[in-house]
Amino acid sequence: MLSFNALAFISIFYVALLFAVAFWADKRAERGQGGWLRSPLVYTLSLSIYCTAWTFYGAVGNAARSGLEFATIYLGPTLVMVGWWVLLRRLVRIGKTQRITSIADMVSSRYGKSNTLGVLVTLLAVAGTTPYIALQLQSVTLSFAVFMDGQSNAPEDLAAVALWVAFGLAVFTILFGTRNLDVEERHHGIVMAIAVEAVVKLVALLAVGVFAVFWVGSGPSDMMARIDASPIDVWALQPDRWMTMIFLSAAAFICLPRMFQVMVVENEDERHLSTAAWAFPVYLFLISLFVIPIAVVGLSVMPEGSNPDLFVLTLPLAFDQNALATLAFLGGFSSATSMVIVASIALATMVSNHIVMPIWLRSRSGGATVSGDVRDVVIVARRASIAGVLILGFLYFRLSGGGAALASIGLVAFVGVSQILPALIGGIFWRGATRIGAAAGVATGFALWLWTSFLPSFGEGAVLSAMVFQEGPFGLEMLRPEALFWIEGLDPLVHSVLWSIALNTLAFCVFSLLSFPSPLERLQGATFVNIFRYSDRSRGWTGGAAEAEDLLMMAQRIIGPSVAQGIFESEAAMQGKQGYLPDVTPDFMDRLERELAGSVGAATAHAMIAQITGGASVTVEDLIRVADEAQQILEYSNQLEAKSAEQERTARQLREANEKLLALSVQKDGFLSQISHELRTPMTSIRSFSEILMADETMGADDRLRYSRIIHDETKRLTRLLDDLLDLSVLENGQVTLNMEEETLSAVLDRAIAAMEVATGQQDFAIERSGEGEDIRLYTDGDRLSQVFINLIANALKYCESPSPRLTIKTGEAAGRRVVDFLDNGKGIPVDAQALIFEKFARVSDNHAAGGAGLGLAICREVMTRLGGGIVYLPGQGGAAFRVILPEARAKAA
Amino acid sequence: MGGTVLLIEDEPNIIEAIRFILSRDGWRVDTHSDGETAVDAVRHRRPDLIVLDVMLPNRSGYDILNDLRADAEFTDLPVLMLTARGQKKDRELAEKLGASRFMTKPFSNGEVLETVRALVGQ
Repeated sequence: MLSFNALAFISIFYVALLFAVAFWADKRAERGQGGWLRSPLVYTLSLSIYCTAWTFYGAVGNAARSGLEFATIYLGPTLVMVGWWVLLRRLVRIGKTQRITSIADMVSSRYGKSNTLGVLVTLLAVAGTTPYIALQLQSVTLSFAVFMDGQSNAPEDLAAVALWVAFGLAVFTILFGTRNLDVEERHHGIVMAIAVEAVVKLVALLAVGVFAVFWVGSGPSDMMARIDASPIDVWALQPDRWMTMIFLSAAAFICLPRMFQVMVVENEDERHLSTAAWAFPVYLFLISLFVIPIAVVGLSVMPEGSNPDLFVLTLPLAFDQNALATLAFLGGFSSATSMVIVASIALATMVSNHIVMPIWLRSRSGGATVSGDVRDVVIVARRASIAGVLILGFLYFRLSGGGAALASIGLVAFVGVSQILPALIGGIFWRGATRIGAAAGVATGFALWLWTSFLPSFGEGAVLSAMVFQEGPFGLEMLRPEALFWIEGLDPLVHSVLWSIALNTLAFCVFSLLSFPSPLERLQGATFVNIFRYSDRSRGWTGGAAEAEDLLMMAQRIIGPSVAQGIFESEAAMQGKQGYLPDVTPDFMDRLERELAGSVGAATAHAMIAQITGGASVTVEDLIRVADEAQQILEYSNQLEAKSAEQERTARQLREANEKLLALSVQKDGFLSQISHELRTPMTSIRSFSEILMADETMGADDRLRYSRIIHDETKRLTRLLDDLLDLSVLENGQVTLNMEEETLSAVLDRAIAAMEVATGQQDFAIERSGEGEDIRLYTDGDRLSQVFINLIANALKYCESPSPRLTIKTGEAAGRRVVDFLDNGKGIPVDAQALIFEKFARVSDNHAAGGAGLGLAICREVMTRLGGGIVYLPGQGGAAFRVILPEARAKAA
Repeated sequence: MGGTVLLIEDEPNIIEAIRFILSRDGWRVDTHSDGETAVDAVRHRRPDLIVLDVMLPNRSGYDILNDLRADAEFTDLPVLMLTARGQKKDRELAEKLGASRFMTKPFSNGEVLETVRALVGQ
């Protein structure tokens, strides 16, 4: 037998070794020489903290009592690991992209960063883990006690051992668990130490197993015979209990704070999961391989009444195998310490992040302005939390007196942490899950666990009186802790799991369906559920260039690629850089934020910029997704805008058409009104004078002649007007037939002037012509062209107010066309009237002496258009000036 | 009768016709052909009645009528309006502006004479 001091020395030496390993691993990691420290093997071994002292010692005890039932504890995790693709991969991906620090953080983050949920999960985790830590302390104490059995120098109170162990673990954990505040909460040293411990406990158990099979027994076949002969009913199958245990262990494997810590938070690389998926089940297989043989051999060799929970230790001791016993002791010690270390780190993170920090921040009205300040507080909070968790565990150990069987405490803890499962699984697979639902579920589960599992675990008469077990609280039979709602006869574990998980899930679903998620919840929910869609790239936002590129990516999604690139390029150019990626300066940020604000509003733009440059709670992927959604909305509204623009265009066209019709109608009215006026005016004279002539027979011959002439003139005026109107109508309707023939310009002009002279009898009007310039051959309707010329000459005669009126007819060329200009030496036409003179009835003056109805120039324009030429007013010539653009000289029609 | 009529009209033949008709009946007929100065001419001549054409150079007969009716002195001055545009809206506008009578060209000589007599006799 080893002395207490020797064992204590070995323990301390072993812990010192772990210190060294952890220290060395931390140093290597700090120097960036992670190398194989970050191998899948280390990851797999670190998962073995699932196997605590409870499984190390307790599995054998369990096997001795219930046969293969202990294997269910390993089957659950095996199933989870094998199905890693479905669940663990999501958890790890979410954990990495969302920078999750604990399972409480995970739940809180999923449900809109609700701290209420964080607190709830933290409390549940503390409640579930404290007995577990007590369990580890108890196992270490018991294993010490085994060695001390009958020794005189053993301390009277073994509780002191537990205290020292707790103290030592607290120091170790504080040293390596809170040396610094890593952003990703990774602890290389601790993970490495745990991996070493995993190897130690596996080797220890295998060694004891090999000893039992090959030393005590004589090989596998002998062992099979012994198993058959042993009182253990190996196949004592209890389907409901076994199913429950498998489910429970699977749930606990995911939800235990320490498991979440090593599996998700400490995960270096997602790919490690695929290795662990088969390697960890292998580890579990190995560690459970010799459980039944050790139990069988223990039962047959050890004296009646020996505690089967300690066979791993007592069996070698019974054969005086001190070295093997010490190894077994170290295996158990490793199991206990690694669990306590990781569990206290995980709990401390949760306690400090969700309870201590919020309180501390609230207590400071100004908020956390100095970042270094906050970090110090966090570290202190963590350290205090670690100490607090261990003190709680120790107190639990002292108060519970270590009376209960080890395994039952472990299962109680399992049921407790499993209450997180519905909210966790629901959160990553169901977008409809809400904060209210999660809180309701966890709270319901928590309460039921306390009532049906935790409080009864202290035994009848400890916390709950026997009366409560028998008749329920206050005589309410319905609420008996082990027979809720009058359902009796169930195994207490099955009973507790059934009720707590079922009602937890029900509350979670019902309240989720009945409540509405906040925007942040929606965002986080979408991110969690669709984690693989949005986080294919796992990257850090460290380098300045990377930031600029990220900003560019985001900006492109909000304001469009070309605009965004333009902004970035111009900024880069201003900074003297080439390309699209400027340095991320505050000025540039301001500018970009303003640009983005134009598209998505100031608040969002600010949050987006702050995220990429400063780092906040919403991840870049989320924001890019929001940006995508914003872009979609913009596109949609652009489409709507385009549509309404189209409708606007159509409406405008309709309006224009309507205006045209109205204008035409007004024109028609005006035209009819004009015609009415032009017709009625001469008719008035005619009627009036004819009435005068009819009525007055005494009238003198002179008067009679004069009035008759007026009637005659007015009749001619009427006829002329009607001729013009008909002519214009024919021209406008294109019904005119042109008499095309070959002629020279001079001949046409001659005819026009001759006709004018005959018509007016005026001779004193000087007409200057350009002689040879007129020798232009035309192929046109000479009569029509001459009509135009007559009109122009007549206008000059009528309107030229010069005392010695003179008309100049010049030929020339303008813009490649032959033109004839008619210039008089009168006052010309006022600028504002020049645009109107070609319109019907447009008379610049009201000079009725002219006798025209204002249709002449309109007719001229129509004629010239028909002939393929044109007529325009030529401003700035002194007098009135009309330019006739001659038809293009065409080849004689064949 | 011996009253004075101011004929505001620009068409020479029509002026001659109306002057002939009214003079023969004993009216003194003054004429004015420009729209712009028509109101001044009315103030100056103080006729017993106005025969007012609508289509005048420089200013329309409606505007002239409007100005006259706005002047307290001419509120009750009889005005016979003549127009070569016989549309309904022209008549309505004339009545609204306070024309005493409205006649469309071509008119009957007798009707003009009767109307002038009737208006001044009121």
